[in-house]
Amino acid sequence: MRINPYLKSSLTDPDRVEKVEIHSHLKIFMPTKDHHDNSEAGIKKRSALERNLDFSFYWAAKIFAFAIAGVLIWITVQVLIKATPAIQEFGIGFLTNSSWNPVKSDYGVLPAIYGTLVSSAIALSISVPIGLGIAIFLSEDDYLPPAIQRIVVFLVELLAAIPSVVYGLWGIFVLIPFLKKITPLRGPGMLPAALILSVMILPTIAVISRDAIMNVPKGLRQAAIGVGATRWEAIIQIVLPAASSGIIGGIMLALGRALGETMAVTMLIGNANKVDTSVFAPSNTVSSLLANQFAEASGLQISALMYAALILFAITLIVNVLAQFLIVKLQKI
Amino acid sequence: MKDFDPSVLKKNPASPRTLFGLMMSGIAGLFTLIAIVPLFIILGYLVTKGISSLRLTVFTELPPPPLVSGGGFGNAILGTIIMVGIGGIISIPVGIMAAIYLSEFSQDSKFASLIRFATNVLSGVPSIIIGVFAYSAIVLTTRQYSAWAGGFALAILMLPIIVRTTDEALKLVPQEVRQASIAVGANNYQTVLQVVLPAAIPAIITGITLAVARAAGETAPLLFTALFTQFWPNLDNYFVEPTASLAVLVYNFAIVPFKNQQELAWAAAFILVMLVLVTNIISRIATAKKIY
Repeated sequence: MRINPYLKSSLTDPDRVEKVEIHSHLKIFMPTKDHHDNSEAGIKKRSALERNLDFSFYWAAKIFAFAIAGVLIWITVQVLIKATPAIQEFGIGFLTNSSWNPVKSDYGVLPAIYGTLVSSAIALSISVPIGLGIAIFLSEDDYLPPAIQRIVVFLVELLAAIPSVVYGLWGIFVLIPFLKKITPLRGPGMLPAALILSVMILPTIAVISRDAIMNVPKGLRQAAIGVGATRWEAIIQIVLPAASSGIIGGIMLALGRALGETMAVTMLIGNANKVDTSVFAPSNTVSSLLANQFAEASGLQISALMYAALILFAITLIVNVLAQFLIVKLQKI
Repeated sequence: MKDFDPSVLKKNPASPRTLFGLMMSGIAGLFTLIAIVPLFIILGYLVTKGISSLRLTVFTELPPPPLVSGGGFGNAILGTIIMVGIGGIISIPVGIMAAIYLSEFSQDSKFASLIRFATNVLSGVPSIIIGVFAYSAIVLTTRQYSAWAGGFALAILMLPIIVRTTDEALKLVPQEVRQASIAVGANNYQTVLQVVLPAAIPAIITGITLAVARAAGETAPLLFTALFTQFWPNLDNYFVEPTASLAVLVYNFAIVPFKNQQELAWAAAFILVMLVLVTNIISRIATAKKIY
């Protein structure tokens, strides 16, 4: 059993306190009621109750900590079990089938997977350059006064805190009517969904990249400046490569968020279950398929939806785990 | 040193290197501006549309049917409070105890880094997947949509936020405080509960408030766990019934063509965003103060 050394007490060695030599002049500090009685024996042994309490507190904390990993395992197992009938029925062909027909019990997620990947890719291609620009702008000391820089960082973080359903509401009543005026868009479709996604993942990229850039040792940049590099030569050739694992980790986290994002996308993408390469056409994602169909589904359709959920879960899990590894690697520089 | 010409050390304002730097600085600044613009546009619309549809009766009345004017979303506010409450009752004790283990007892062992890893992965699980999980674990088992299923889903969503903020809050308490507590004879739970935890309380409460604000705005986990209803919760059912929530109300009323329901969606969205805004600002102020 591992115990914090600073907390090491009766738990590991209940008798230890008794062996301690107490100088007579220290007696006055002892918290016992009858200190004149233990002038020789030292400090009183802890009661059994107290030791049991201490022991159970330690184990309760450990069990609750394990519960977090337990929940993750539980989610995996639960979704896997419920998806099994559909996995047996459709197998790997589920990924390439593009019909979703509850009447014929014929299900496939090709359009949803296509929509998920394309919407995330468009969102990333917009928000990676912008997010990196923000990260650099907000990590240089002399672009903005510190007080204003703090406020701007707060505002960028606030973008991540706005509920996704509010982005969807705004998209329906403001973004789509606006895009209709300037593009061939006729209603909900891929473009507004991807644009809203790019706004939603922007803070993830900006904030994590900024952390990574600020964690690059100052000496590296000073050395670059010292051999004659300009500010941007130092940033591009020295600072960004040094921070790259953290930046890529942040981009992966943002990708994970974009792949799984549900409400705003569901409200804006049009939920058309077909593959259409135009960004102005309605499309579908795995998460919006789930959001639209679950409440009214029954029988094999539920299992097919669970299968779709399992695929989405697996993709986001892989992306997130890779992101965590990259971000942890950054902390070791 | 005679052949050294000191003028090359001067910054030449017309050199391509200087111009490139200026251009990149301009682009970076422009991008930062681009990021903040949507925030203000969205907030602007919410304030103008939200406040104009906000009346006192929205807090006390039930959602109206289409084409009927008036009405409100009192039941959705109550439902959100009930479900976030259930989520908090489950996730706050579990999250704080787990964080106590990570920060106080684990000595950064392999097990602890595994748990920290699991916490980060859990916070990256899409909220719709958590909804699917709660549906299959609770709704399919009990054969009933309920506030419990919704609250359970919200609890899983809140858990990683609470663990991470509490873990970080506890790490900020200086080691000397623990040593002093041990030195006067306190044991583990006395040190943690009476000395370390009270010192970290402001930051922990901040984390809980952020988790609550996040949960209140989540829609996807509630769509098919708590569903929605036009009626007040019936307390005789002990929350085992479809339950309305502000977030699902925004979704339902945003995708219908009826003006009065759309206005209620804007009002509800305004309340949700104000909740997020106020908790975020308060959390900044609260964590700026330190006890030690």
